[in-house]
Amino acid sequence: MKKDGNLAILLRGLIAENPVFVLILGTCPSLATTTTVIGALSMGLAAMAVLICSNAVISLLRRIIPDTVRIPCYIVIIAGFVTLVQMVMHAYLPALYEMLGVYLALITVNCIILGRAEMFASKNPVGKAILDGIGMGLGFTLALLSMGTVREVLGSGSFAGFAIPFLSEHTVDFFAKAPGGFMVFGIMIAVVNAVSHGKAPKKKSFSCEGCPSLGLCHGESVCAEQAEKEAK
Amino acid sequence: MDTLRSLIIILMSSVLVNNYVLNRFLGICPFLGVSRKLSSATGMGVAVTFVMLVATLVTWPIQYFVLNTLGLGYLQTIVFILVIAALVQFIEILLKRFIPSLHAGLGVYLPLITTNCAVLGVTINNITDGYTFLESVVSSLGCGLGFLLAMVLFSGVRARIDNSDAPPAFRGMPVTLIAASIVSMAFFGFAGIVDALFA
Repeated sequence: MKKDGNLAILLRGLIAENPVFVLILGTCPSLATTTTVIGALSMGLAAMAVLICSNAVISLLRRIIPDTVRIPCYIVIIAGFVTLVQMVMHAYLPALYEMLGVYLALITVNCIILGRAEMFASKNPVGKAILDGIGMGLGFTLALLSMGTVREVLGSGSFAGFAIPFLSEHTVDFFAKAPGGFMVFGIMIAVVNAVSHGKAPKKKSFSCEGCPSLGLCHGESVCAEQAEKEAK
Repeated sequence: MDTLRSLIIILMSSVLVNNYVLNRFLGICPFLGVSRKLSSATGMGVAVTFVMLVATLVTWPIQYFVLNTLGLGYLQTIVFILVIAALVQFIEILLKRFIPSLHAGLGVYLPLITTNCAVLGVTINNITDGYTFLESVVSSLGCGLGFLLAMVLFSGVRARIDNSDAPPAFRGMPVTLIAASIVSMAFFGFAGIVDALFA
């Protein structure tokens, strides 16, 4: 498989460069919307729709957008698509719209989308940018879905709303609440670490500089230290 | 008197009970990223509180006097994120020009706040919760203080984690998240405190 072949671009977002478990991007929605499978799935798909559209448009405009104001431009494009998704969901899926609430609007500031815009879409032709959007979007959805499954099965004793015998009478409320979110997320990352032992790419090398929050999202002290150095 | 009471309830519940970081999962990125040192955790917390306050002071009137009057409510997301981005730039320039000492302390954190979901989150929540202007300001202040509190507490926890001997797969982010889980559990102890105090 060629390193930058089309298939590789599509597949790497799924596992090798999974935006949530490997790159640790987009942590807020991964924690907040994964109490139920349906919530996780719809959040994943909504973010994927925005990601594909914004990647395509940013890639098309990559020679037009001036370098100095590119981040605000990207934010406007992304916010535009988020608004579109909000309107569509409000009209056709009002129950989901209510469930996701403010987190739907917060797709705008999801590091994954801005990070991919900066790192990939702004440097690649539109076809590849769309493939990258699909791959990363699927990886995001997959990650959310797996967390949602664990949390709903253990926390509410059901899967996508259907009660599971035995488990539905013995629910562990912890998993449906905020602490359970942090715990499941931590264990999931540990499992991915253990499985991909040593093979997972260093996250700094390809997403830190792309994130407008300068890799604040990565749990690395590098940026904070840099920030302090600059202060002096 | 009733207004004061409701304001205190909003403040208390946004600092302790509905803590943005530990309970609503907003602003997780800086919470995990900048909490390694007490100094940077405090700096980030103060900067976020400040930006939240100023952003609410600007976005609330925009929502009610511009967007709602013109029937442009659907532009909320775009307008708010642009206002926040512009505001952060503006604050940075002002601080640099007029209060250089404060800029040296907070300036480096300001650009990082533009895409902080807690700031966008609090401005949108203030509108969806139907708060009045005063209530919105108090709620933003509370959310900011709650963020600061969580950051400072967690930077203390992290100083310990870095010295702990975790299994290899858990080193780094996973063990940090599990510690966050325990801190978040501690905050659940505050549930009901507001009702109990003001019953």
